[in-house]
Amino acid sequence: MKKLYSIFKQGIIFDNPLLMLMIGLCSAIAVTTNVSNGIGMGLAMTFVLLFSEIIISLFRKLIPSMIRIPIFIIVIAAFTTMVDLVMKAYFPDLSKSMGVFIPLIVVNCIIMGRVEAFASKQNLASVIADALGMGLGYTWVLIAIAAVRELLGNGTLAGIQIMPASYQPILFFILPPGGFFVFSLFISLNIWFKKRMEASARNRELVAKKEAA
Amino acid sequence: MMELGKIFLLALLTNNIVIMRFLALCSYIGMTSDVGQSIGMGFAVTFVTVLATAATWPIYHYILVPLNLTFLQILIFILVIASLVQLVEFYLKKNVPGLYSAMGIYLPLITTNCAILAVTFENISFKYNFIQSIAYSVGVSLGYLLAMVLLAGIRERMKTSPVPKFLQGTPILFMATALIGIAFMGFSGLIK
Repeated sequence: MKKLYSIFKQGIIFDNPLLMLMIGLCSAIAVTTNVSNGIGMGLAMTFVLLFSEIIISLFRKLIPSMIRIPIFIIVIAAFTTMVDLVMKAYFPDLSKSMGVFIPLIVVNCIIMGRVEAFASKQNLASVIADALGMGLGYTWVLIAIAAVRELLGNGTLAGIQIMPASYQPILFFILPPGGFFVFSLFISLNIWFKKRMEASARNRELVAKKEAA
Repeated sequence: MMELGKIFLLALLTNNIVIMRFLALCSYIGMTSDVGQSIGMGFAVTFVTVLATAATWPIYHYILVPLNLTFLQILIFILVIASLVQLVEFYLKKNVPGLYSAMGIYLPLITTNCAILAVTFENISFKYNFIQSIAYSVGVSLGYLLAMVLLAGIRERMKTSPVPKFLQGTPILFMATALIGIAFMGFSGLIK
């Protein structure tokens, strides 16, 4: 149980796919002009990741390693098609505003990377923990970026007016350059946070050593 | 002719695939550590994008639409592109070894380049005819080349310049892209 939790935690901060591993960036910056897009994209991505990892993990002993990549692609593409069709049927507005990025989940490096590096080797329970951790790690970063951009660029959060009416929106944050700008600061913050964590871990070790001596 | 020029310029500058639409960011960050490499990657992508468009457009309109299988679009397109890249690789290796050694190492990376898949999807969803699709794909992929070369040039300068401490490493690359993006916003009034 403890092992599963540590796998789950890994994806959320330390191996966060967007901030630390720097994969799957395209969709992350593109859809984060408002919070509801961020949530939609995060959930779609988590769904595809979870089910692809489960299928691959269940069949991992049957898949010949020579042709594993095409098999992975077909599994991922099947789930992406499902998400695309469901979105088009039940959330037409969301689907329209995200446009080509839903079908592009199929080439998102996060899914291919996790399937290749993790799901093809591990058992079902740890795979589910990994998929949920990575999916949530992806989703929270999307929501955080989207919240900053939408609040500053439009004065709203998920379409609800937050800033006072006299607030003059800074259009820059909604436009493409603003996405790069906010994302750059997010990575910078995460690197700082990671360094601090490492430093405090080192300090604790030193103290423990001193006490032992 | 005017129509084609408009599609081309919109794809190249106003809606630049990397800077304005955030596609293909992985290779944009990963492959721009020197100018030569980024040019190689840019041309390889251009080549494959145009080929992929020429292959997927007829498949969609002459096979998937008559058979009512358009929901298989994602699956079919990615398989077609993956196998196309493989075929190109074999062909170049055997017949044009000079070009292969220049472009070969980039080809496997291209299969999962989202720009190419995006272009083939958009040719369908924008309802372009075949010639317009080709013009669009050339515009998009040259736009990609342009963005790659711009960032690679900036990165070469960056090696010798003082970068603020909190932006060192990857953050400065995104910051530079944001600045390039502001410059590219100026193209938005170019085409009406």
